[in-house]
Amino acid sequence: MCLGIPGEVVELLDSNRHLAKVDVAGVRRNVNIDLLEDENVVPGDWVLIHVGFALAKIDEEEAQRALESLQLMGQAYDDEVQAVIESQIA
Amino acid sequence: MRFVDEYRDPAAARALVARITELAADGHYKFMEVCGGHTHTIYRHGIEHLLPTSVELVHGPGCPVCVIPMGRIDDAVAVAQVPGVIFTSFGDMMRVPGSKGSLLGAKAQGADIRVVYSPLDALRIAAENPERPVVFFAVGFETTAPSTAATVLKARQDAVVNFSIFSNHVTIVPPIRAILESRDLRLDGFIGPGHVSTVVGQRLYRFVPEEYGKPFVTAGFEPLDILQAIAMLLTQFSERRCCVENQYTRCVSEAGNPRALAMMKEVFEVRPQFEWRGLGFIPESALKLRPEFAKWDAELRFDVPGVRVEDPKACQCGEVLKGAIKPWECKVFGTACTPETPIGTCMVSSEGACAAYYNFGRLHRQVAATMGGGPR
Repeated sequence: MCLGIPGEVVELLDSNRHLAKVDVAGVRRNVNIDLLEDENVVPGDWVLIHVGFALAKIDEEEAQRALESLQLMGQAYDDEVQAVIESQIA
Repeated sequence: MRFVDEYRDPAAARALVARITELAADGHYKFMEVCGGHTHTIYRHGIEHLLPTSVELVHGPGCPVCVIPMGRIDDAVAVAQVPGVIFTSFGDMMRVPGSKGSLLGAKAQGADIRVVYSPLDALRIAAENPERPVVFFAVGFETTAPSTAATVLKARQDAVVNFSIFSNHVTIVPPIRAILESRDLRLDGFIGPGHVSTVVGQRLYRFVPEEYGKPFVTAGFEPLDILQAIAMLLTQFSERRCCVENQYTRCVSEAGNPRALAMMKEVFEVRPQFEWRGLGFIPESALKLRPEFAKWDAELRFDVPGVRVEDPKACQCGEVLKGAIKPWECKVFGTACTPETPIGTCMVSSEGACAAYYNFGRLHRQVAATMGGGPR
């Protein structure tokens, strides 16, 4: 559950609800960006996602490195991606 | 060096191992990695077998699933069994055994328990079921607590009154301090946690060198990150320095995430005491909702038994969590206690030392032994 998974912000949705559409492992899901409100998140930014919230902005190189090392985790990574896919944050 | 070939940059890994071997040649160093994610990486990639015998890694208490005491699981099961309640939890918590079984067992007996990825999923379930109380089983360090805080604030904003939180959030500094105060463990330094530090920042750890004279290096999650952090710790010794350093500058800053910290502070207050599995009661080490959020506090809305339960006698999770023994030195490791039928929490989570060693470490150890390396 402590895994942070990188995603690329695709679109900013309702700013009142702090939602952004984020591409996570090829799947687009809503992620809450309230915790990064002061960091001016824009489409194209990479973020570290944890339990449905963007926790930190990261650069693209770090995102790729993190993804590679997460994929090496095997089952734990697959479970996390599956959980993200099943999540329906609104 | 069979293991190194799987790394992103094998040449860099070899160079770091050589540097570590050289720096550690004059002594014996015992470092604790605080974070369960690091423990997973260390076993997954056989890092222990790359290191010289003069560097020993001890696995710390930084797995939020592993440190929840049995009594709190019993409380969760009791709330989940209240008629009408929808109880929501992260998947990792489902198989953690309490004294009267797990959440998975309670679900099999008919309780409405649903696995969620995010506290926001739990809030959505509450909005969709306004006639039923929906409880979220909140666990985690400061990595997760801001997300719970943001969810509670959203519940207030949207006036979702059938939603509540059973808070088991814990904080990272008190267990580090408890371990530093512990007499049966002599450590030389710490590999600091990564993701939790994106929230709390580096400066929170200054007490480790300043009050206890131990170096502290925050690290990322790749095998190379961990090797580099070990080299940085040893370099501090060779240069006679002792301070907090940051190997994970890609994600961690000095101040952390001020907005996340502010939201946590708005919603939570510190509990006077909280029991940690294996570590006992640690003062001011956990978070509960502030009185102004009482409406969303499951501990106030439901009868929570709150009974303290001793760990099973055979289980040595406490000693594993304090780094006093290695997972395979536990009496029930791999026999009575396996990831399929865990007795202790360390065997449940993929970030627990026992599960990580059961899944990966055993194999590396066998390979290392056939290659002439000593067992660790």
